[in-house]
Amino acid sequence: MIRRQALVLLTLVGLLVATYLWLYKIGVLGQLQCGTGSCEFVQASRYAELFGLPVALYGVGGYAVLLVLGLAGLQPRFVGDRRVTRLLAALATVGFAFTLYLTAIELFVLHAICRWCMASAVIMTAIWVLSILEQRSRPSVAAPSR
Amino acid sequence: MKGFYLLLGAVALIGGGVLWYGSQAKPERGGAGNGGAAPLPVAATDGFRGYTLGSDSAPVEIREYSDFECPFCAAFATVQMPVIREQLIATGKVRWRFRDFPLPTHQYSRYAALAGQCAGEQGKFWELHDRLFTQHQWAQTGKNPRSPFRDFAREAGLDLDKYDACMDGQRYAARIQASVQEGEAAGVRGTPSFFVNGRPYSGRGTSDDFKALVDSLTKPHK
Repeated sequence: MIRRQALVLLTLVGLLVATYLWLYKIGVLGQLQCGTGSCEFVQASRYAELFGLPVALYGVGGYAVLLVLGLAGLQPRFVGDRRVTRLLAALATVGFAFTLYLTAIELFVLHAICRWCMASAVIMTAIWVLSILEQRSRPSVAAPSR
Repeated sequence: MKGFYLLLGAVALIGGGVLWYGSQAKPERGGAGNGGAAPLPVAATDGFRGYTLGSDSAPVEIREYSDFECPFCAAFATVQMPVIREQLIATGKVRWRFRDFPLPTHQYSRYAALAGQCAGEQGKFWELHDRLFTQHQWAQTGKNPRSPFRDFAREAGLDLDKYDACMDGQRYAARIQASVQEGEAAGVRGTPSFFVNGRPYSGRGTSDDFKALVDSLTKPHK
């Protein structure tokens, strides 16, 4: 249960970070508070869009789905439901793979680091680790018999 | 469990509040060297039709769709364009209009286009345009060109604080996107692409060929 709570909390923070990047991308926020990083450079590159949509929007969508699923998994009727656990692990793995791809682009293609993107990468990695640990752990509460 | 939901609500409230404040505070935000409020991103509908060289009354207009990272565009700008400027633009025969068409296959072309627009904001578009093309090594290293672009901006005499504020805010991103859409609608598929008096030009992109075409268009009818 504690792992799922941590996962939900991390997902909410990730959703806020992705929303921040998305609002910047669509011009609602004037500047990114990036310190000495290269946020604006990364956001101006062609890799900041995928299939015509801002990458951050995929982040918003992904975190939102994980958040809804995580919150559902905290409800008493789903606490012991392994399907929720498996679905969370599957979605987190997709998110983690996407994060690896984006981080590789920053490090090896753009040679620039966007701190907010890295924050999101760390959060998604933690979510993935938690979801895998949850997946491998024994169910604390037996799933309903039907 | 109740404590957890309280914590979750607090995080959501604080985070949402910060985002809301950020969106509301934008018009007042200004950098130290930004001369006050940071201008809003320029909308695609600002009516901008590209930077021009030459007389407004020139009988021929050549519109170029170009990509600063494209090697063919650089070759054209450095080899053919000086002759075209001298023989066709300076003589009042041609007005040259530059339109951004950053290709999605290039890593930094959109960033370079932003740099051009931010230089244009300070009346130095062509100065930066020339540097981006004549010192094209930045496009071959594969490295982040932020630093060389700032050097170009400095050399061109730009106010770097204003330039940085413009770049950081991606102030002209929508304008560049509008230029790309305009090009796509006109049938542009690669760069450089040219339109002469609004018609697609499919000839060779050499100064001689442009001169021959312009001469034929401007020759008085007998």
